[in-house]
Amino acid sequence: MSTQLAATVLELVSRSAPGAEAEVVVRREDLALTRFANSHIHQNVADASVTVRLRLFVDGRTAAGSTTRTDPEGLRGLVDRTLAAARLTPPDPGWPGLAPPAPLASAGTVDAAVVSAGPVERADLVRAFVDAAGGLTTAGFCSTRHMTMTLANSAGQVAQGAGTEVVLDGVARLDGADGVARNSAARLSALDGAVLGARAAAKARAGADPVELPSGRYEVVLEPTAVYDMVQALGIYGFGGRAVNDRHSFARVGQAQLDPSVSLVDDPVGPDAIGLPFDMEGTPKRRLALVSAGVTVAVAHDRRTGAEIGAQSTGHAVLDIDDRSGPQPANLRLCAADQEGEPAVSEVDGPAADSEVARLVAGVDRGVLVTDHWYTRVLDPRTLVMTGLTRNGVWLIESGKIVRPVRNMRFTQSYPEALGPGAVLAIGRQGVRLASKYEVSSTVVPALRLASWNFTGGASG
Amino acid sequence: MTEFDAANAAVEAALAAGARYADARVMHRRHEAMSARNGEVRELVQDEDSGLGVRALVGSGWGFFAVPDVSDPAARVAGARAAEIAAASGRVPGPAADLVPLSAQSGSWANECLVDPLDVPLSVKGDLLVGVTGQAHRQGAGLAEASYQIWDTRKWFTSSEGHRIDQHIRECGGGMSAIAIGEGETQRRSYPSYHGQFGTGGWELVDRMDLPAHAIRIAEEAQALLRAPQCPAGETTLILGDEQMALQIHESVGHAIELDRILGWEAAYAGTSWLDLARLGNLTYGSELMNIVIDPRIPGALGSFGFDDEGSPAAARYAVREGQWVGVLAGRDSAAVAGLDYAGSVRADGWARLPMVRMTNVGLEPGPHSLEEMIEATGDGIFMEYNRSISIDDRRLNFQFGCEVGYEVRNGKLGRMVRNPTYTGIGPQFWQSMDMLASTVVPWGLSNCGKGQPFQVGHTGHPAAAARFTGVRVGVRG
Repeated sequence: MSTQLAATVLELVSRSAPGAEAEVVVRREDLALTRFANSHIHQNVADASVTVRLRLFVDGRTAAGSTTRTDPEGLRGLVDRTLAAARLTPPDPGWPGLAPPAPLASAGTVDAAVVSAGPVERADLVRAFVDAAGGLTTAGFCSTRHMTMTLANSAGQVAQGAGTEVVLDGVARLDGADGVARNSAARLSALDGAVLGARAAAKARAGADPVELPSGRYEVVLEPTAVYDMVQALGIYGFGGRAVNDRHSFARVGQAQLDPSVSLVDDPVGPDAIGLPFDMEGTPKRRLALVSAGVTVAVAHDRRTGAEIGAQSTGHAVLDIDDRSGPQPANLRLCAADQEGEPAVSEVDGPAADSEVARLVAGVDRGVLVTDHWYTRVLDPRTLVMTGLTRNGVWLIESGKIVRPVRNMRFTQSYPEALGPGAVLAIGRQGVRLASKYEVSSTVVPALRLASWNFTGGASG
Repeated sequence: MTEFDAANAAVEAALAAGARYADARVMHRRHEAMSARNGEVRELVQDEDSGLGVRALVGSGWGFFAVPDVSDPAARVAGARAAEIAAASGRVPGPAADLVPLSAQSGSWANECLVDPLDVPLSVKGDLLVGVTGQAHRQGAGLAEASYQIWDTRKWFTSSEGHRIDQHIRECGGGMSAIAIGEGETQRRSYPSYHGQFGTGGWELVDRMDLPAHAIRIAEEAQALLRAPQCPAGETTLILGDEQMALQIHESVGHAIELDRILGWEAAYAGTSWLDLARLGNLTYGSELMNIVIDPRIPGALGSFGFDDEGSPAAARYAVREGQWVGVLAGRDSAAVAGLDYAGSVRADGWARLPMVRMTNVGLEPGPHSLEEMIEATGDGIFMEYNRSISIDDRRLNFQFGCEVGYEVRNGKLGRMVRNPTYTGIGPQFWQSMDMLASTVVPWGLSNCGKGQPFQVGHTGHPAAAARFTGVRVGVRG
């Protein structure tokens, strides 16, 4: 059906504007999300959507449009509207051409259990989280998503892919202290509501009566939920081709910019990947090493940013209305430390998320354990100085032990500097898969122990 | 079959499936956006989406389902699915849900639109963006960008209580920025702001900005910032321009007075609020100069409408009066939980999303001063304007903002330009330190307010005026 829709639109374009370059994307999505707060379900939604997107290059000019109307009149309107727009816009001398035919590395990961999950299955996962919190107030969400996408263009590329995603993300709350636990997967069976609920509750219980720490630089252990924020910022502001081409990224290919223990890849087609196997231009996605042993080795390109520097697309085109951010690596994996011969990661008592976080904490003489980051914003993209706050649990570490909870703090910190040569003291042995808040993709991150983090304000200012 | 028929069919089906209340919205939205950089158009997108969303209340559980097909059969299936989802909510039940009373509303509303923005030729729009970004780029901006956006939304709402409302809302706006790229950092100046300026209205809103008159100036200012000294660090008197004040209101007042946050409904994501409902009417938020009004009726402001997305007619209400906290942004269900008798601030980002508590127009009433008077009355301070960064904690208390540009104020006069100006504070302490407020109010519009899961983008308006604050920590750096 989607292939037929795409073919119909291409045919309409061909008839109206022979010779036009055209690209059609048909996206179908079933998204359902069950939210809970004050330990009960308070918002429970689902929608089924179909969107047809057309991008055209005709007579040296480009335009794009989309519609949710898939009847003949709706498709005809899309084609007429977009053609008319393309004829009236100023020329686009940087048009990079359409993606050529190319095979995909995979068809995506689809779990039948996610596809068939209904509100009862989501409610049961929520129930398990709430029950495991042992009477603490809980809040969060459980979502299931099934997406299929077909792309066809007039250069002959036809790509089809599908993906599923399930997310469980929640907090437990006790006397003003919050603890969080979250996970995501392509398969429903990978999530355990009881484990996550118990972990969130343990953090909240250990967060009572926090003290305020003076501002300053501290050694830190960042749990995966906080590392996620760092890696996302690196991807958005650092390793995108638009930011690099425009010279407002810190990334310099070939330079040793991060600690030798740091390797970062974009891995959209691994066995457990969440998302689709091709980008929004139809270029097949592939594993792309961005940082290897601390050396920046590549950045992500779409066809336009690649063409600007004489490089190929790396399969990272995204939908981007204002063209400010451009291509971005959306499936980042910060490589975990080698765990060969080591015991499996397990749940632990107390506020640490798991045994790997506890292992990193044990190495700290005096420092801070941070569960989560919140509302981080870039102050300067070139140096990637970010400001934000801690959230969902912070503790003081002394002599390798978690000694007391700490009130949330504001930080103002360059992320590349925090990961710079000599600054990474240890990396966890297991990555945790965390879903994007905005798109169907995921980031895999381990815990980190960093030598210095610049806290610039306490809860009182 | 009309849009009202489709909405009614969905409501009927939800009731037949066991709902004790249901409402439905059919929406049709057209969106157009164009961007240019360094004298070339980079993107033109024209989107059109239509669909129906239906909300059902079964017992104490809510359910919502949305489909792009607005035929009678599809609408009825959607209504039944919403009731089915609502019933499943009862597997993790809460206290009984209720709605504050609202008489059946019937009406039509449309905002004023002098020049339909979708009728303005694309060549005219493209020439504008190409022209200003080319000017700024030639003037030395390494990266000059400009964009506009247009939304044309029609919606039809019905409910099991007898509502029947249709609205036609046209919004547009845009802006431009110039980025100077130095060896170690970048500096940006924008006009009228980096977020742009948006409102309910037609292309006249963009014409009024007169982008070409400012392209060269912002390019020069961005380059001057690269050479300017760093903003000094310390505690000082701070004067903020009206655009930055709009962000300050949005983040440290608007979100804090959202009743769903106060009730804990957003605890896991957007966060809660430092405000305790027990103190409503008995809490000092700011100085006596602080009067914040919730008013969705302001002509031309981005958060304006005739009725919210559960049928409550637009009405004005104080949120803060002479510094005292007196009101919240509420929906019918959250108001019932809180024991309040008003709602009116519930909106959804399109047909496929659940209506939720959102800001409308939340802004300051004018004060007695002028910006010039504030500067003249300041012996030692910093004047900052044009937002560059925002960060605030999940209780909307501890904030840090960065602005594009700052100026030293010495002995009642503006002094040197300073770069990377930032300031930080705690909401009520900051607002209580406001000792001067300008009489000129500008209704700034923000088109990118994020909230909710699934994520929704809201359009909000913020009447704002320049203001002066004392004892503020500035110059925080990494």
